[in-house]
Amino acid sequence: MGHFLHEFFGPLDFLRSVPAVWSGFKLNLELMLVAEALVLVFALMLAIVRGLPGRGAAPLRWLAIAYTDMFRGTPLILVIYLVLGFATLNYATLSSTAFFRNGVIALTLVYTAYVTEVYRAGIESVHPSQRMAARSLGLSYMQTMRYVVLPQAIRRVIPPLLNDFIGLQKDTALVSIIGVTEAIAGANLYSSDYGSFSGLMVAAVFFIFLTIPLARFTDHIIKEREKKERAQAV
Amino acid sequence: MSEEISHFVSLQGVRKTFDHLEVLHGIDLDVGEHNVVCLIGASGSGKSTLLRCINLLEHVDEGTIVVDGQTITGTKIDVNRLRQKIGIVFQAYNLFPHMTVLQNVTLAPRKALGISRANAENHARALLRQIGLEDKADEFPDRLSGGQQQRVAIVRALATGPKLMLLDEITSALDPQLIGEVLELVRELAGSGMTMILATHEMSFAREVANKVCFLDAGVICEEGPPEQIFSAPREERTRQFLARVLEGGRM
Repeated sequence: MGHFLHEFFGPLDFLRSVPAVWSGFKLNLELMLVAEALVLVFALMLAIVRGLPGRGAAPLRWLAIAYTDMFRGTPLILVIYLVLGFATLNYATLSSTAFFRNGVIALTLVYTAYVTEVYRAGIESVHPSQRMAARSLGLSYMQTMRYVVLPQAIRRVIPPLLNDFIGLQKDTALVSIIGVTEAIAGANLYSSDYGSFSGLMVAAVFFIFLTIPLARFTDHIIKEREKKERAQAV
Repeated sequence: MSEEISHFVSLQGVRKTFDHLEVLHGIDLDVGEHNVVCLIGASGSGKSTLLRCINLLEHVDEGTIVVDGQTITGTKIDVNRLRQKIGIVFQAYNLFPHMTVLQNVTLAPRKALGISRANAENHARALLRQIGLEDKADEFPDRLSGGQQQRVAIVRALATGPKLMLLDEITSALDPQLIGEVLELVRELAGSGMTMILATHEMSFAREVANKVCFLDAGVICEEGPPEQIFSAPREERTRQFLARVLEGGRM
């Protein structure tokens, strides 16, 4: 037990590994921000495609369904290997920006599938009478989506969206396996240099401190909504 | 043929089926311009479906509907254009909860008709002033009473300048003391010459504003005529039974 504590929570190693882990952690933050932005856009497009009405749009709907089925079902780590494998078809060696780009692509592919489903649940939660009212005023299908359905849908799914982003933040660590020196990789470097795993715990602390504000923010939004709904019920 | 022209709305043999259940069994109905037609009948008799067919919110399976000289049941119809000249108001108001009253009223004029924001807002404020709700322009719908919400819904439907209004049991969800203000607005609309088709349970109101009352029963117009005749001397047994039940319910 003493050995374990020393290995993982050595105070000196803890402090000494901070710079290496921190320089890697900045990469986690960048991966997260870029992937999140892309996921928000692509998932919304996919959710809209999946809800398109009419027989003509059926092939598009099937494509969207196939995409979400495939990427929700595949472990992220496999997708990361696939993206890396695909990238190395053309290049024997990859630059660090290529590693970063591949990391973003893998995270975006998988999380787009999750977030599409979140958006879709939100879109379906808007009562059909809202669409009917908008269409009855002469708004087109897309105008109805844009001005009436999506604003209500997105507001409702903010808590689950934030939840998925907490997952995404943590999963940026998996990108280390394709050679991006992010926080975990930085901690591993430290452990191979100094023989202590305390750097990993430093990385854990960073991740926790990143997700806690998001988690509290999610709680806050849920509580505000409950308050508003209670007020409406009166 | 000359008679058809005088009808603003004309339905012939309209049929509508939901999942093997025929809701409308061949409806023939003519509505003259500036006339008010009231549809009465029990819940499930097809009143709402009929109204929704007239602005193509429901697909018509069979029959023809002509509105303002245009056959709308054909294939090459611009439904968005059509709906801009037909306003519909629903039982549950269906205001957009994430928009203010003013945004609710200006959405269709701005996005569907392409009117500038300033012009749409001026027009909307003028309409809201007419119904005494100008001071609520920047409130969200959940801050308004049911009667106020329904009046905003009527104004929202009027904002695109429709030539025909369809009112689908618009007072059924309201507390009794709020019904009056909504009916007053409908009365004013009728007085201004708006062509209207109302599905309603308010028999005394139907008697007051309607040029023609149609009694729907099981998807057909069982009897139609001027309100005095329908309410005082109904010819059909089923009409008599329905009115007797309504009378017991205290809604006359």
